[in-house]
Amino acid sequence: MHKRKFSIFLVLMLAVSAVLAACGGGSSSSDDSGQTSDKGGENNVLNLSETQDIPSMDSALAKDAVSFAVMDSVMEGLYRLGEDDKAVEGMAEGEPQISEDGKTWTIKLRDAKWSNGEPVTANDFVYGWRKVLNPDTAAEYAYIMYDIKNAAAVNSGKMKPEELGIKAIDDKTLEIQLENAVPYFKELLTFATFLPQNEAFVTEQGDQFGLEADTVLYNGPFTLAEWKHEDNFVMKKNPEYWDAETVKLETINTKIVKDTQTDVNLFESGELDRVKLSSEFVDKYKEQDGFQTVKEASVFFLRLNQTSNDILKNVDARKAIAMAYDKTGITDTLLNNGSVPADYFVPAEFVQGPDGKDFRETAGSYLQTDIDAAKEHWAKAKKALGQDTMELELLSYDDDLSKKVTEYLKEQLESNLEGLTVNIKLQPFKQKLDLETAMDYEMSLAGWGPDYPDPMTYLDMYVTDGSHNQSGYSNPEVDKLVQQAKTTLLTDEQARWDALVQVEKLMMEDAALAPVYQRARAYLTNTDAEGIVYHKFGPDYSLKWASVTR
Amino acid sequence: MVKYTLKRLFYMVLTLFIIATITFFLMKLLPGSPLTNQEKLSPDQQEIILDKYGLNDPVPVQYVNYMTNLVQGDLGLSFQYDNRSVTQMIGERIGPSAELGFQAIVFGTIVGILLGIVSALKHNTIIDYAATTIAVLGISIPSFVFAGLLQYFVGVQWQLLPVASWEGFEYTIMPTLALSVFVIATVARYMRSELLEILSSDYITLARAKGVSAPSIMIKHALRNALIPIITLLGPLAVNIMTGSLVIERIFAIPGIGEQFVRSINTNDFTVIMGTTLFYSVLFVVVIFIVDILYGVIDPRIRVSGGGRK
Repeated sequence: MHKRKFSIFLVLMLAVSAVLAACGGGSSSSDDSGQTSDKGGENNVLNLSETQDIPSMDSALAKDAVSFAVMDSVMEGLYRLGEDDKAVEGMAEGEPQISEDGKTWTIKLRDAKWSNGEPVTANDFVYGWRKVLNPDTAAEYAYIMYDIKNAAAVNSGKMKPEELGIKAIDDKTLEIQLENAVPYFKELLTFATFLPQNEAFVTEQGDQFGLEADTVLYNGPFTLAEWKHEDNFVMKKNPEYWDAETVKLETINTKIVKDTQTDVNLFESGELDRVKLSSEFVDKYKEQDGFQTVKEASVFFLRLNQTSNDILKNVDARKAIAMAYDKTGITDTLLNNGSVPADYFVPAEFVQGPDGKDFRETAGSYLQTDIDAAKEHWAKAKKALGQDTMELELLSYDDDLSKKVTEYLKEQLESNLEGLTVNIKLQPFKQKLDLETAMDYEMSLAGWGPDYPDPMTYLDMYVTDGSHNQSGYSNPEVDKLVQQAKTTLLTDEQARWDALVQVEKLMMEDAALAPVYQRARAYLTNTDAEGIVYHKFGPDYSLKWASVTR
Repeated sequence: MVKYTLKRLFYMVLTLFIIATITFFLMKLLPGSPLTNQEKLSPDQQEIILDKYGLNDPVPVQYVNYMTNLVQGDLGLSFQYDNRSVTQMIGERIGPSAELGFQAIVFGTIVGILLGIVSALKHNTIIDYAATTIAVLGISIPSFVFAGLLQYFVGVQWQLLPVASWEGFEYTIMPTLALSVFVIATVARYMRSELLEILSSDYITLARAKGVSAPSIMIKHALRNALIPIITLLGPLAVNIMTGSLVIERIFAIPGIGEQFVRSINTNDFTVIMGTTLFYSVLFVVVIFIVDILYGVIDPRIRVSGGGRK
């Protein structure tokens, strides 16, 4: 027995020494972790998280929320998006000079420097924009520039990049020619795709441009000082920035955290100053200081494929469907993150008309939940179709939340519309898109966010044979008004606005689609942090005006 | 032994070639394009981009192109991470995954062996029951549940260890623990039953009768034989760790390769799917290879029947 004890002791010793040896290799890096644990305590140091790494810092290729947010902090275009999503001065000094017909913009640049000391010139914009539209760049957001003269032709290779409607009159003066005098062009200029790029630097970096923190140039309020891929990145205040005195934050640390629970845990332990909450966390934190919901301009709705069967061709059937579900059940119970029921297609708090009023104040609300009216329309539809029982397929995304929303919709539609059976079909995101493009669906829960700050980004979706229509909906009156709003009415802002209001009204009266909700996100922010500006278009948020006082 | 190894190497390359081919064609069956904003682009605009990347070519042509590049060691450029080379991406992300996996398997095996020995020696005592209970729990509780509990209690409530991230040794402790639970449990269970069997076998009795000391019996005779099945286990365990680390990396915000793999599939990032699949395949094949060799080292009988030894 005594000897056996010794053997255990021996084995234990062996094991312990092996564990210690194995650990020894990793401990060399533990020194720097001491610093990181106190970085939460300083003034004007903001600790954030993102769910994914920055795909690229090449502004021509930017296509995702993280890139847009980071580029907003470290770069600057002619204008930048300020509070209430209005364009404020950036590299441009003062207001643009706009020609009588609204198609020629002349913009003076201020004296500003890139982070390598070179001045930011008009040529940097010319180079950057031509690069975006050059088909060799294969930029996904090239289409956002299609309002510039010859842009579409350049992008499809029919014209040379040099024929694009932008030229540098001198180092500090830029002239832009437009295809159409779009009223929101100044706000559009804040979009990341319109950022300047320094040709000499980009050429020098070659295929490494935009891939590391030191293979990009910065001209924004901050610079990207450190970028550890998939791990974290650090932004520092840019002392060379023209408006540096406005900028209060010294350092912004961003961790890549993919799991919401982990994000919340990091917030709880004081390592993050802000966390984006998913629905299941809202109840726990909604009473806490620093809880806030931010409405997005994303509207979720049911696509109703009017080519798939006779039922959805019938306007009464479509109306019945659009009015037969209680939207608050989705927004207040399932989503629970500040999302609101949508009785419209153009979102609330998104754009204001020439009168300064929100689009939604001018336009009415349509297709509100009304079970009785839904039942009436349904009875009419049944009569017209000569059918008593009907089946419809409902396509949706396969994530947990969409699944719940879809099941809820099924239950509501089936219990309120007698004789209707809804068959749910859940598909991964890309597969769902393919089915919609092929119009191989009947009803589909879909979302749409804005590309530019104008109701048109929603309304021209439903023109006859539009590439995003995907439902066979066609109303000549809608087509005509959309066409006018894009051409002849451009110079008469009020008339254009009225036309847009009318387009939405027509679409809703036809129940071209069945609106469900306007999405919001819920944040929990450390009360020490102030001045983060949230946007409904372009970057999700701006940090230029933020500060932290511990 | 050389001939044997060469033969094994040939089969390894063949296996990888077949995996690459199957993955390539399966991947092409995925719906949708790798474009991030596919739903926003008109068909014409999509064409412009897909043309540039050669994705409008017939699939067999794409396959030949890909394989030609692959043979030259070029894994291509990522779509989601605009123009970043896949080789570089894997290179950057392999470090944390490898460190985590290595620590988990080393720690798990050692603790598992210990636990197994203790419960075998203390057979049918409280200690044995406790160790067995731990083993059963370890096998039945998924590692992500354990990870979540660890993170909440040790990290947030008691603040003993950092909640997440990858910035130094103390950041690796919780993920290593979470990932090694399954290893500990599996190894302990096998170790216990093997040892029990061996300790009651004739040759141990003989050794005792000859007056060999207890530690010597334990280390020279019992342990060495009991380790054979453990080594067989290491292969599947290593694979288990690789797949388990997908979740653990996510929970502890570790910049590893697992998350990359999952994400690339969801976003149709073709080159990254191929790159990471091949990477995992290589790792898997190599692990099997090493286990086979180790097996030979520990048990001469296998070397002989393997036919390779001269």
